[in-house]
Amino acid sequence: MSRIGVVAWNTFREAVRDRVLYNLVFFALLMMGAAILVGQVSIGIEDIVIVSLGLSAISVIGLLMAVFIGVGLVSKEMDKRTLYALLAKPVRRWEFLLGKFGGLLLTLSVNTAAMAAGLFAALYFVKHSLQRGDAVTLVAIYFILLKLALVVALALLFSCYTTPLLAILFTAGLYVSGLFVNEMKSLHGETLAPAVQTFLRWLAYLLPNFENFDVMASAAHGRAIPAGLILHNTAYAALYCAIVLAAASVIFSRRNLK
Amino acid sequence: MTEAAIQIENLTKDYPHGFLHLKTKRSLEGLTMRIEDGEVFGFLGPNGAGKSTTIKLLVGLIFPTAGTATILGKPISDIGMHQDIGYLPEQPYFYDYLTAAELLDYFARFHNLKTADRRERVARMLKKVGLETARKIQLRKYSKGMLQRVGLAQAILHDPRVVILDEPMSGLDPLGRREVRDIILELKKEGRTVLFSTHILSDAEMLCDRVGVIAGGKLRGVGAPDEIVGIKAHGMEILFELAREATTAASELLNKSTRTGNRYRMQVSEEDLYAALEQLRGAGARILSVTQIKASLEEYFMHLIEADRAQAAAVDVSGK
Repeated sequence: MSRIGVVAWNTFREAVRDRVLYNLVFFALLMMGAAILVGQVSIGIEDIVIVSLGLSAISVIGLLMAVFIGVGLVSKEMDKRTLYALLAKPVRRWEFLLGKFGGLLLTLSVNTAAMAAGLFAALYFVKHSLQRGDAVTLVAIYFILLKLALVVALALLFSCYTTPLLAILFTAGLYVSGLFVNEMKSLHGETLAPAVQTFLRWLAYLLPNFENFDVMASAAHGRAIPAGLILHNTAYAALYCAIVLAAASVIFSRRNLK
Repeated sequence: MTEAAIQIENLTKDYPHGFLHLKTKRSLEGLTMRIEDGEVFGFLGPNGAGKSTTIKLLVGLIFPTAGTATILGKPISDIGMHQDIGYLPEQPYFYDYLTAAELLDYFARFHNLKTADRRERVARMLKKVGLETARKIQLRKYSKGMLQRVGLAQAILHDPRVVILDEPMSGLDPLGRREVRDIILELKKEGRTVLFSTHILSDAEMLCDRVGVIAGGKLRGVGAPDEIVGIKAHGMEILFELAREATTAASELLNKSTRTGNRYRMQVSEEDLYAALEQLRGAGARILSVTQIKASLEEYFMHLIEADRAQAAAVDVSGK
């Protein structure tokens, strides 16, 4: 196993032993409750409610884990000084960072996969069958994972040079701003000076665009998602993560561990 | 000249501090030092002297402001150098959700050891540091001394040629300290180079071929423990018991002594030793021991710090 893989596996093991995956119990209860309740109160839109609720829960739980565990990936190791013995081994700092990133991504993937299974079980419970159109929900879950990868990369970047609290604020702030990127690009108005409009347009290109990853409405209504969007989002997330992780590596490689 | 195990040239470290990090504080100033292959070298100094800073610079946890250092001929910035070094941090802390065996296995993986070799080494190291029976207990349940032993095990797990230990005796009980001393002596027998920091002179005296004394971020001297600290006996201490009621002659002696329980301690100069012993014998005292009184390391450090203060004050006055 490569050094990155060794760190990643240990990060995953830490999450499992710290009972991070216990959130699945909450999700399972939510899905069971929703499935029973929806069957009684809604007529004809049970699947829409279940998919919307399920995807929202997967997204929110994933985001909370990505932000809160993500900012601790490096800062916790520095605070507890567990990093000292490790960095004296033949492991480069960027390998450590990529390993931490990979480990949390693995944790989030396992968590998301388990929640996806719960969502489909609830869907089957209310519809008594699954159709081909439900596969769109899988694409929506894949997009949530891409979004989480981006959030983890950002959290990791901020945790390399600031305190955990500020890292949480910065990551959350960027996430919220990233939800309005398309609006920012298309802002036109007489009240805005041309220079401000140009600045906002450029800012919109710099900020992570989280809006593109939201296909919850399409998934809930079983509308197909174009293959182009899947490719675009995959490439976008990969490139953005690579840039953010490269920046994090540069910062962390110069950091003194006092 | 043969290649040094550790060669340090003019190593300097400044830390930024203050609002916006505009000021700097010098933690280490122009350290130049050479540690020979196979040598046990003690790095002595009071807290905040620059011992840990030097060690962290050597293992790549912090970066020098100026100067260079090589370990086994490789610059400290070379990641390949880490294959040949073992490092025990000061007051080590490890992933507490792992057991000792899991932690050692995790660290061994970075040295590209094969599975069977890893398992054999992990078992051997746990035995060596006396944690064989606690191998399956999570580290969160370990005492400070046990963590220190795990730290030592991970430092020597991959048979490094150079072992760097930051305060290896700290937090250990007398038995633990003895075990660490034995391990260091064993490493020396195997021909490995050991650099360890301490502020306990007896450890340095017992283990080191040479010591370096550092205070205020500056190296004050390098040499054999006795010669560098300049320890001289400045008197003798006699420990004795009185078998019968104190006579007049004895009460005079007792006035010069300190009593602890049934025993008395008396300090005399080397010249007066035999006369004092005669007097004690005459008073019916049972002599238990006679030992040299040496300057403690604390006294030596205090002397260095006071010399620094005096120098700083002199500079201040001449500046005015």
